[in-house]
Amino acid sequence: MKKLIYATLAIVAAPLAAQNQDLGEPVAEGQDVETIEEDEGLSGSVSFEGNLDDLGIAIPAFATDRNVSTPANASGTEALGVELARVITSDLRNNGLFKPTGPDSLPRPSFDNIQSPVWSTWGVRGAEMLVHGYVRARSDNRLTVGCYLYDMQLQSRLVAEGWVVSPADWRRAAHKCADLIYSRLTGESPFFDSRIAYIAETGPKDNRTKRLAIMDSDGANHRFITTGRSTALTPRYSPDYKKLVYLSYIDGNPRIYVYDIGTGKQTLITQSENPTFAPRWSPDGRWILYSMAVGGNTDIYRVSSSGGRSERLTDTPGIDIGGSFSPDGSRIVFESDRSGAQQCYVMDADGSNQRRISFGGSRCATPEWSPRGDQIAFTNASSFNIAVMTPSGGNVRTLTRGWQDEAPTWAPNGRIIQFFRTARNSGATSLWQVDLTGENERRLPTPVDASDPSWGPILP
Amino acid sequence: MNTRVVTAVMLSSALALGACAKKAPEELPPPPEETVTAPTPTPTGPAVGSMEHFLAAVGQANTVVYFDTDRYNIDAEDSAKLQTQAQYFSQYSNVNFTIEGHADERGTREYNLALGERRANAAKNYLVSLGIPASRIRTVSYGKERPVALGSNEAAWAQNRRAATVTIN
Repeated sequence: MKKLIYATLAIVAAPLAAQNQDLGEPVAEGQDVETIEEDEGLSGSVSFEGNLDDLGIAIPAFATDRNVSTPANASGTEALGVELARVITSDLRNNGLFKPTGPDSLPRPSFDNIQSPVWSTWGVRGAEMLVHGYVRARSDNRLTVGCYLYDMQLQSRLVAEGWVVSPADWRRAAHKCADLIYSRLTGESPFFDSRIAYIAETGPKDNRTKRLAIMDSDGANHRFITTGRSTALTPRYSPDYKKLVYLSYIDGNPRIYVYDIGTGKQTLITQSENPTFAPRWSPDGRWILYSMAVGGNTDIYRVSSSGGRSERLTDTPGIDIGGSFSPDGSRIVFESDRSGAQQCYVMDADGSNQRRISFGGSRCATPEWSPRGDQIAFTNASSFNIAVMTPSGGNVRTLTRGWQDEAPTWAPNGRIIQFFRTARNSGATSLWQVDLTGENERRLPTPVDASDPSWGPILP
Repeated sequence: MNTRVVTAVMLSSALALGACAKKAPEELPPPPEETVTAPTPTPTGPAVGSMEHFLAAVGQANTVVYFDTDRYNIDAEDSAKLQTQAQYFSQYSNVNFTIEGHADERGTREYNLALGERRANAAKNYLVSLGIPASRIRTVSYGKERPVALGSNEAAWAQNRRAATVTIN
């Protein structure tokens, strides 16, 4: 076995700064995850040639060499093996991918059979694909999780990988296995091993409490970052997941703060008396865009994420706000009402070459550039639906039909869009996602009402 | 009992003086005997500069101006209201105030924050044109975050597209 070590930051919790009065306890996260190549020289082709929606995948419980207690599961690694397979099954099923069958209706393979399945056991179950995996407790208390994908018809292994994770990160191993299966069978980039920042909402419509919250892509490991003492809005994860930018009314005015997840401390994005809105990271994490109103007129600025002087990118008398970088960081799509109503515009990253791209007759708001670069998602602010178009404004397709849908955010692989939906009259809010075909629309589970989702990239 | 009420009045007066001195240090505080030596605790109405006092003086309806969808212009009705406000703030020249800009729910969140800021500033600029110093006026936008009318219909939205003046005391 060849070990590839992906070092990520071990973030240490630090005491709360006194001035951060709306912040809860810092969230400890960011343990190392080692990736292990389970073997080399795997077979190339997949036998299945039909619609991937019809592809049956059997995902029995992961085996263990020896059932030992682990902080990841009080009942031991045997029970954890069942949970791992359940998470993978849920990942695929909830996203409308394939036809997965989970561990609760399948026999459990033995540890010895993980690398050599008993084909006769699985052949009768009608699944085209078979997932096997194992979980093993290490002497250093971490866990090794292996993930294998087999083609039943060819009776051959398609892909295999393993990870060493801390017990607290066991779900990440399941998401990585789901990503491995998904990527191998579709040719698409992974997206499950990622997190979402959003705003948790409670209370009546005229007195809503809005808290900054984070969760895994499947809704697990939910944490509140702010206490709700003041309104928090529009968070965005930094690409390395070390920071969050968001709007807070903590000092009575809407201002953008950069919150350091490891230390639990936050700083103002700019030392100005003016209100600031709509923060965005550049894909490389080096820049932050924000919008600032001066004398009532809002323009877009950029500042180095390490601090320093801000640079103004727009200067029209209209509201210029938001902004989303192209994946290569060279261009920015943003929103402006300089024409008289909200429309989408593209400019170079230094503010030059500003030109309107939306001409459909509807208002175009909150544009977000796909991580693949080929699409821009936006809110149709006339009908309040989520739509996509090409970066030149062509081929507009409406994907949702809620009473009020807004604020699209892309999955790390650019195949799924999340947004939030507001109910008429009650004002109840919820997170939803839809794929690029406009199908597989579903509500995301959140403990309370939810808005302003922001989907981060694949975890480092 | 009476002693307690007198103490309370004295305390609140002292707080009000402190707040005034903080906001406008160039203003001389009123002579202390005005409040401290008040012989009886008979209610004398709301304190100058309190929201209650402002509402009583100008009338509730004149404290809020309303806007059309996506608009922020001050029309004839708005200017009449703002002139009434300006008279009050000219008379009580040590009263500072906030103009809160709001939008209806039928807009995207971030744009509505910018729109609320624009509306608050439109009202502010009009008051400044009437001679109220800009240094006395704070603006804040709440976008669509603080509706007063809770329905999802045109009548409710019209109530929520507003700039509301609130005294600071």
